[in-house]
Amino acid sequence: MSESLTTVAYIGATILFILSLGGLSHPESAGRGNLYGMIGMAIAVLATIFGSHVSTAGIPWIIAAMVVGGAIGLYAARTVQMTQMPELVALMHSLVGLAATLVGYASYIDPAATANFSGAEKVIHEVEIYIGVLIGAITFSGSIIAFGKLSGRIGGKPLLLPGRHLLNLAGLLIVIWFGAQFVRAESINAGMMPLIVMTVIALLFGIHMVMAIGGADMPVVVSMLNSYSGWAAAATGFMLSNDLLIVTGALVGSSGAILSYIMCRAMNRNFISVIAGGFGGDSGKKPAVAGGAAEPVGEVVPVSALETSELLRDAKNVIIVPGYGMAVAQAQHTVYEITKYLREKGVNVRFGIHPVAGRMPGHMNVLLAEAKVPYDIVMEMDEINDDFGATDVVMVIGANDIVNPAAMEDPTSPIAGMPVLEVWKAKTSIVMKRSMASGYAGVDNPLFYKDNNRMLFGDAKKMLDEVLTALKAA
Amino acid sequence: MPLVIGVPREVFPGEKRVATVPDVVEKLIKLGFAVQVETGAGDAANFSDDTYRAAGAGIVDSAATLWSTSDIVFKVRAPSPEEVALMREGSTLISFIWPAQNPELMKQLAAKKVTVLAIDALPRTLSRAQKMDALTSQAGVAGYRAVIEAANAFGRFFNGQVTAAGKIPPAKVFIAGAGVAGLAAIGTAAGLGAIVRANDTRAEVADQVVSLGGEFVKVDYEEEGSGGGGYAKVMSEGFQQAQREMYAKQAREVDIIITTALIPGKPAPKLITADMVKSMKPGSVIVDMAAEQGGNCELTEPGQVVVKHGVTLVGYTDLVSRLSKQSSTLYSNNLLRLTEELCKTKDGIVNVNMEDDAIRGLTVIKDGEITWPAPAPKQPAPVKPAAKPAVAVQAKGHGHGGGGAPASGTRAAVIFGVAALAFWFVGAYAPAAFLGHFTVFVLACFVGYMVVWNVTPSLHTPLMSVTNAISSIIAIGALVQIAPPLTGGLERPGDWIRWLAVIGIVLTTINMFGGFAVTRRMLAMFRK
Repeated sequence: MSESLTTVAYIGATILFILSLGGLSHPESAGRGNLYGMIGMAIAVLATIFGSHVSTAGIPWIIAAMVVGGAIGLYAARTVQMTQMPELVALMHSLVGLAATLVGYASYIDPAATANFSGAEKVIHEVEIYIGVLIGAITFSGSIIAFGKLSGRIGGKPLLLPGRHLLNLAGLLIVIWFGAQFVRAESINAGMMPLIVMTVIALLFGIHMVMAIGGADMPVVVSMLNSYSGWAAAATGFMLSNDLLIVTGALVGSSGAILSYIMCRAMNRNFISVIAGGFGGDSGKKPAVAGGAAEPVGEVVPVSALETSELLRDAKNVIIVPGYGMAVAQAQHTVYEITKYLREKGVNVRFGIHPVAGRMPGHMNVLLAEAKVPYDIVMEMDEINDDFGATDVVMVIGANDIVNPAAMEDPTSPIAGMPVLEVWKAKTSIVMKRSMASGYAGVDNPLFYKDNNRMLFGDAKKMLDEVLTALKAA
Repeated sequence: MPLVIGVPREVFPGEKRVATVPDVVEKLIKLGFAVQVETGAGDAANFSDDTYRAAGAGIVDSAATLWSTSDIVFKVRAPSPEEVALMREGSTLISFIWPAQNPELMKQLAAKKVTVLAIDALPRTLSRAQKMDALTSQAGVAGYRAVIEAANAFGRFFNGQVTAAGKIPPAKVFIAGAGVAGLAAIGTAAGLGAIVRANDTRAEVADQVVSLGGEFVKVDYEEEGSGGGGYAKVMSEGFQQAQREMYAKQAREVDIIITTALIPGKPAPKLITADMVKSMKPGSVIVDMAAEQGGNCELTEPGQVVVKHGVTLVGYTDLVSRLSKQSSTLYSNNLLRLTEELCKTKDGIVNVNMEDDAIRGLTVIKDGEITWPAPAPKQPAPVKPAAKPAVAVQAKGHGHGGGGAPASGTRAAVIFGVAALAFWFVGAYAPAAFLGHFTVFVLACFVGYMVVWNVTPSLHTPLMSVTNAISSIIAIGALVQIAPPLTGGLERPGDWIRWLAVIGIVLTTINMFGGFAVTRRMLAMFRK
């Protein structure tokens, strides 16, 4: 296959990738979007294999590697639980990061790659390698830590080292200094040392960055790592002078950045400080501010599953607000059973989804879709926030900070200004929680003390099963 | 020795309520109190002595014995002078008192050296106090009953019907004042199928009117009508003129008017004039819930039902007593909640904690000393003063010719400047080959931005997994390294590169196949 044919194939693949992302803008066209992505990927890979850069000697290797990788990938995709999606996605990001790092190293030790370069071109090429490896390594270690946190292998609490901003700054300076050494290196062997040192620092930086982030901020982290993995691909594209890699990397990178931006807006955090990995300012101040925030007064009124079922049965309008607790308890199927039962009885049941509910963007939507909840009754926060006033019962299932009225009422609260679902405007709200512990933000929730709020304590799945039984018994 | 709660029979003529119902007696006993009830106290509200006995209360034969042996007395109406005379020194009374209207009663009670908690003096804006708010619970009952009385006196259906015998239009009901009673009336009338309109000087209640199925009728005049503590205030002359015109128009159109307008400590405002009554259709009904305070309608005769100009005017002052079982139950629950607040230790000992905003507001006499009126609770005040300085600051900003917008303009300029500098730097030093890639890169960023911005939030997870799958395009990087065609005798650490590349390919294909497959699986689940 000639060079031009390969290029044309790449252009086709690029267009298919753009169509793929565009197709995901609506559930009806999303399936097609995914198909475009697969076709685009197939074209790109085949065009490369049969292109001028791969000799026939490599093909057995390639086939072997792809069979192994493909089998593992398909197996993982088939067996993963929908509640584990955030972990899976984080783990996959780490693979991209690692691959980018390896490709960077391979490119550096390959004298053929630099044979045609000299002067500024050679410098730029080496800077590209350096940056590619840097981003790849950060993505790799950061994603591994994110995976650990999401799967519960590492505690969700943020780890805040003293002077962490100074540490990060020092790391950055060392990376720049070794970068200069790397570019100036006479031979490949001399350049190896700075490259390895930088990789180690980048790995440590990735670990440090994600360790400092609490569990509730995970949606931002996951989408941010998604963005990083795109930039890693783009950097590799520059390194190998491959436009397809550049375009695709930039597409993924900017889409991840936009997702993180949307998540940040939903949590009222500063986009820039997140992208830089320095949630720091905010989370560092939290404990201090939380002490000064107003303590909610009043009493908590617990209810039983039976009373909950009575409230639901007498209601005309019900909104269900799911949170991470629903995912942990795997309660989505029971939620749908209740929804189905109530809707058959003529109750208008809808779902209100906060943008950062759960541990990754859109997490709740996927779980509800898995339980076969029709997507046209699943509403976004902006669509449904005005309707709470006309709602009889709101069921909050394992969510806390996203329904905290302190965000709107108490300017000293650490989550002040974060848009929240205004569930307290409904006639009655029922909060399902395991205990009175506060959410990840560590803020007490005045909602629990409101007169029209009831608490249903217990494991979400177990309590919902009881509610369902009580509903059907009556 | 637990404290004894006494419940006397209400002596006010026509009062059928009782301060404590048998259900609440049981709960009071659980709180550690002993309860005694005067014989026949609950008869008018359909609670017999036997049911009280069954709940654990003692029955006392005479009022005199009850008053003299009780430590705490629960009552509905403010006590009569005779009842005050029966009170024991040092005891506690909880009932409606209306201290502003009854200064004489206050003096008598103070002279008795008792403690008095006036349930009407509760600071109602305290959200914690809502469970004790007897004014609200009783007004809700009254509003409901007002509609029932209106339906009783009205000669037609409330709901519109199309029957074989012809089409019946729905009744039109106008409710003046959307306080608790007004809102209850709106809900009840709408529930019966009538077309309900309502008006209130406080514009913020419009949403509540609509939420109950009513239509909010505005007065065509700008003025804010909220007084302190959730009550309305007296309005200006211009407003009242506009309001009269609106009422006159409604009177001509509707079948039923229910008025609930009260201003605390003042005679009820006269909203419906004799002329308006004359303009109403024959057979129309007016229920004047403010009859006891003189009435909102000029022609109302308190306590009576009269027909004037063909319009039935209901002026009952005992609407709440006409639903005595319901109102007694609600009232006694209010008192139970109050008792729980007074007796947090649940040991039958009452602690009148004057540090507590709610209790402080309720307590009008403490051990013979008049403590009314309570200092205003600090809650709702700061809203308005805070708003004014904010406006002033903004105005100042405009004077300087700079506000929010120009500041962000500077920021935009800085960003623009930095970007321009960066681009100039790239242009000045980078070789042409790099610039080609750079162009592609920048444009691709923008395409990604445009495309992804439209993605619906419910698809964010599939979007992430598909972008993740697409980012395994990095496989191409590994593919081209595995075995490039040899170029002129350069020495190449082929094995190293090959193994690095093979591992890279394995990793990215996991991602590639896994990512697309899992996205497919997810998307298949989304359905209507």
